[in-house]
Amino acid sequence: MIRWRNEIKQTAKGLAFLSPWLIGFAVFMALPIGLSLYLSFCDYPLLQPPVFVGLRNYHAMLHDSVFWESLRNTGYYALLTLPAGMIIAIAAALLLNSRVRGISIYRAIIFLPSLVPLVASSMVWLWLFNSRLGLINTLLRYMGVAHPPGWLTTTRWAMPSLAIMSFWGLGNTVVIYLAGLQDVPKELYEAAEIDGASPARQLWHVTLPGISPVIFFNLIMAIIGVVQNFTVPYVMTQGGPDRATYLFTMYLYDNAFSFLHMGYASAMAWVELLIVLILTAIAFWSSRHWVHYQGK
Amino acid sequence: MPEKLPVNMVSKDLLEGNFPATAGESVDRATPSGSAGGPTPPIGRRLMTHALLIGASLIALVPFLWLLDTSFKTESTATQYPPSLIPDPFRWQNYVNLFSERQYHMLLWARNSLTIAVLVVLGTTISSAFVAYGFAKIRFRGRGILFALMLSTMMIPFPVTMVSMFIIFKWLGDHTGVAWLGTFRPLWVPYWFGSAFSIFLLRQFFITIPDELSEAARIDGCSELGIFFRIILPLARPALSVVALFAFLAVWNDFLGPLVYLQHSHQFTLALGLEAFQSQLGGSQWNLLMAASVLVVLPVVILFFIAQRTFIEGIATTGIKG
Repeated sequence: MIRWRNEIKQTAKGLAFLSPWLIGFAVFMALPIGLSLYLSFCDYPLLQPPVFVGLRNYHAMLHDSVFWESLRNTGYYALLTLPAGMIIAIAAALLLNSRVRGISIYRAIIFLPSLVPLVASSMVWLWLFNSRLGLINTLLRYMGVAHPPGWLTTTRWAMPSLAIMSFWGLGNTVVIYLAGLQDVPKELYEAAEIDGASPARQLWHVTLPGISPVIFFNLIMAIIGVVQNFTVPYVMTQGGPDRATYLFTMYLYDNAFSFLHMGYASAMAWVELLIVLILTAIAFWSSRHWVHYQGK
Repeated sequence: MPEKLPVNMVSKDLLEGNFPATAGESVDRATPSGSAGGPTPPIGRRLMTHALLIGASLIALVPFLWLLDTSFKTESTATQYPPSLIPDPFRWQNYVNLFSERQYHMLLWARNSLTIAVLVVLGTTISSAFVAYGFAKIRFRGRGILFALMLSTMMIPFPVTMVSMFIIFKWLGDHTGVAWLGTFRPLWVPYWFGSAFSIFLLRQFFITIPDELSEAARIDGCSELGIFFRIILPLARPALSVVALFAFLAVWNDFLGPLVYLQHSHQFTLALGLEAFQSQLGGSQWNLLMAASVLVVLPVVILFFIAQRTFIEGIATTGIKG
């Protein structure tokens, strides 16, 4: 009896401390997600009350070529940035993990760009990518490229430009990899050395398995980041030219706030949620085969 | 909530107790290197490493330098071809103009950004610490499930909830008489209910604080709130400053939130204002645009250099290391 009362008291105390988050979760997470599920079955032009239309929004999606285009563009952006971004970040982390003089300064410098607010870095890169006056094309012309690409102004190069720019801001990912690298037990390298493993084999058989949990964590974060990518293309290209950089979240935003198709936008929000859930589920499922946790 | 989570970078490091990128002093110590094992790599390899590091640093730095460079040029020297390296004449006036000419709203936007940032940083830190205490120090049934639920909300992107949040805030404005849309409220009020990432981070820190401390206080008749305020919070100061810092970075960077909720240009934050400024200038006056961008970047860079030390000291002195 006393124990039972004690338990109630403990639970009440715990829930009291949790109460800000519990309320916040209900109001700012559960409610909007539930509401958008309901609205996704409605026609809702914001100024008139929502009208239930069943699956019509989802059906319209299937035949909406812009929807598919924005989805394809997002996939293309993911393809351009995820694998290359991972390789670049790991390479940078390996480099920053070497024991040379001044390494802390190098680390700070390479980390710095990731702190720049996305709108500000968009401005800088708009200027760098400027096809006539930009620094990049100026340098390319110096190096003998007579007709450097028009970068953001051409359908072919606009998306790769955004990808190149995203690599500049990889510093925080690099930091996480660096922390992972410093966690790989030194004895493993010593053992590999004794067995005569070359640096390349050490990288493949010791380092990469050693940091695989970190790779996994960064992969999940990168997936979530790519799916919701909005600010940079919105500021730099407005989705253009000719919708070449028009991403999924931009179309969601436009449906909601430019066209006031709140029902359709809600359906897209649910699709975005499902995409994130499915991709992370795949990552989690596949992780059994390639992520190695060291027993601690 | 914002799409770029600067908070990522601590998650692991803090748990592991190191912050390598900014750990100015500790970095030259033993770092088992993947590619370069052994005590001291040969001179050839060291030179090669330096060359690569300098190359990478240049790529990281050149955009900053070009940004600064252009911000001190005149409109005509900024757009001449080929571009000059040194701004001649050196023009401070761009910055003066940004502040003095009323049409630019720079000061107003800076004040808006700061107002929101202060409210968000305070709210996130206070409420997250409170919740984290519940997750870390009070044992009760269902805690594990709630914790897992909280962690999973970290994966939900802001665009997923923004449409219905907008509708909810509009409804609140229409039915309660307190306006939400077109005010700062939607941008800071939610943060007073804790943010999942900060709660997680603080909880990880709180569980490292020995229970004996709070037990002793409890025996002395200290209430749970008293333990939280008088024992846990003072000890957690370094972790709290980490949370505050990342909350600041996130809100300073946020663009989509203000874009959705704010309506009039006099309410804009710096991030939103910078974008409005750019579309207003429409691809001319790069010197002014770069000066404005410098003003948005500068606080973050300054904070980085100040906070670098706070981090190391905080992490080192409180011994979550190892």
